[in-house]
Amino acid sequence: MIKNEYIPFPSTIKEIIKHTDIEYTFRMSYEGEVKPGQFFEVSLPKFGEAPISVSGYTNDSVDLTIRKVGKVTDEIFENYVGDKLFLRGPYGNGFDIDTYKGEELLVVAGGTGLSPVRALVDHFATNIDEVKRLHIVAGFKSEEDILFIDDIKRWEKTSNLVLTLDKNENNYLAKTGLVTEHLPNISFDDISKTVAVVVGPPMMMHFTVLKLLEIGFKEENIWISHERKMCCGLGKCGHCKIGDTYVCLDGPVFKYTEGKLLID
Amino acid sequence: MGYIIENKNLDLLIDKLREDYLVYAPMRYKGQGEFSDTDSIRYGEIKKASDLELEAKSEHTFKEILMPISETLFYYTEDEVKVAEAHNTKEALVFVRSCDLHSLSRLDNIYLNNGFGDFYYKRLRDKLKFVLIGCEKSYDNCFCVDMETNKSDKYAFSIDIRDGKAYFDVQEEALLKYFESVESQKADVSPLYVTENQTRVKLPSPENIDVNFINDHELWREYDKRCIGCGRCNFSCPTCTCYTMQDIFYQDNGKAGERRRVWASCMVDGYTDVAGGGAYRKRNGDRMRFKVLHKVYDYKKRFKDNNMCTGCGRCDDVCPEYISFSNSINKLYDATKGGRDD
Repeated sequence: MIKNEYIPFPSTIKEIIKHTDIEYTFRMSYEGEVKPGQFFEVSLPKFGEAPISVSGYTNDSVDLTIRKVGKVTDEIFENYVGDKLFLRGPYGNGFDIDTYKGEELLVVAGGTGLSPVRALVDHFATNIDEVKRLHIVAGFKSEEDILFIDDIKRWEKTSNLVLTLDKNENNYLAKTGLVTEHLPNISFDDISKTVAVVVGPPMMMHFTVLKLLEIGFKEENIWISHERKMCCGLGKCGHCKIGDTYVCLDGPVFKYTEGKLLID
Repeated sequence: MGYIIENKNLDLLIDKLREDYLVYAPMRYKGQGEFSDTDSIRYGEIKKASDLELEAKSEHTFKEILMPISETLFYYTEDEVKVAEAHNTKEALVFVRSCDLHSLSRLDNIYLNNGFGDFYYKRLRDKLKFVLIGCEKSYDNCFCVDMETNKSDKYAFSIDIRDGKAYFDVQEEALLKYFESVESQKADVSPLYVTENQTRVKLPSPENIDVNFINDHELWREYDKRCIGCGRCNFSCPTCTCYTMQDIFYQDNGKAGERRRVWASCMVDGYTDVAGGGAYRKRNGDRMRFKVLHKVYDYKKRFKDNNMCTGCGRCDDVCPEYISFSNSINKLYDATKGGRDD
């Protein structure tokens, strides 16, 4: 008999970390294999399911950073008082940490795009010997939108980190401007071999990749992660299909050489 | 093993089969067609031989039996979930034409071979046996010959009715006893199939499809205005499988309810909407492109199989804007300048 993948399991909310008014990280009980960039379908019976990326994990927990922007997430933020959520997953390919070991690594993240790469960045910022160098460019709209500020302060100690705000009134920790504006100023040891991971809103990813190619990155060294509507996460419902690719099964993490062929 | 049974004795055979099987086949629903005084031909459970509608082409497909339009996955209360029972737990025979029998392999690929296997599909699928309805003639808009689905070799049994007699070729041994139990005559029987259609398509060669070029092609712009995004093509398609999750809760107890999956259409607004207001493929022409390429390119590329489209032509039969899918395949062929040329 085939396992019934549609049945969610209850997971206890161990801790809630509030980043902004509309973005919280829910630390959920979970024991099992999981990779950065994979996602869970978070289920709120009566309201539905939403695919949420894994922003961190330990042996007995996963972090799900949830933004209050839709039917399910509104409910989780506004009315939900329980001590558990229902989950199914993890789904998707996620980032393979081994792929980036020994490389000069650049991670460019925009807004909540930092969630799916947070565990990856955290791994290398903590184990900095595993990469040649680590560059991080994290962009947010404004000071109020910054996520994972404690992590960012910690990562800054071992990596070359640029925190930037689209609109910066007087935040001395952060620079001003879009992430693309800061890329040319980074000094890479060897730009033609540096591996880049780009995650964020579609427009941000598009222009970031163009900028990386312009300053000398190779297409095959760039990785991206897509977001799509996903009702199942199992390659069935069809909503995330682009061309012959199912983002939920084959992605959401793609090499840019494959990802660039995914045209809606 | 072939059998010939007089039409007047068919009811006996159906009765015998119904002792052990539910029998699903195209039926004629009087006066329920889309225009006044027209009938609707769609699938239902037959009780007697005269319920069978083997003359006309059905506008809806057998897929409703395997993947119900709305299917409850589980019931939930505050603390627990309970898997919903299958709507059908008895073995069933499903009467289909050759194109639809080929379509079954497409459904199987999506539901069983694309990543995870689907529990709900599998439990219904395991109960079904398929009966091939022979095609004496091609119907309007059919293009099975070009899609290479006009002939099927594997079936539980086949049925052709002509000149007051029914002709059966029984492949499944377990079913022989039903044919032996009624007045029948043994004979060499092979199901009829069509060898030419009035509607022809030319399929673009996969190597001629450059997505960067074809996605921007002006051929799709025609459909921006012509297509109204109603989704009838998807719902009548034997190979469309998409669905959307839907949670409902009961009025008398808001904490309890059920999660269902309901058919979805890539042509209808909202299909790609993500939280926060993002949406992809906003123009109907882009949705048409997505659908056409899926049916005659993407699916084949992914599963290294046949094309997804099986040429039944139902999408053409039901389109309220008279958009022809076969025509759009031919336009794609012309746009890619080459490919299989007959």
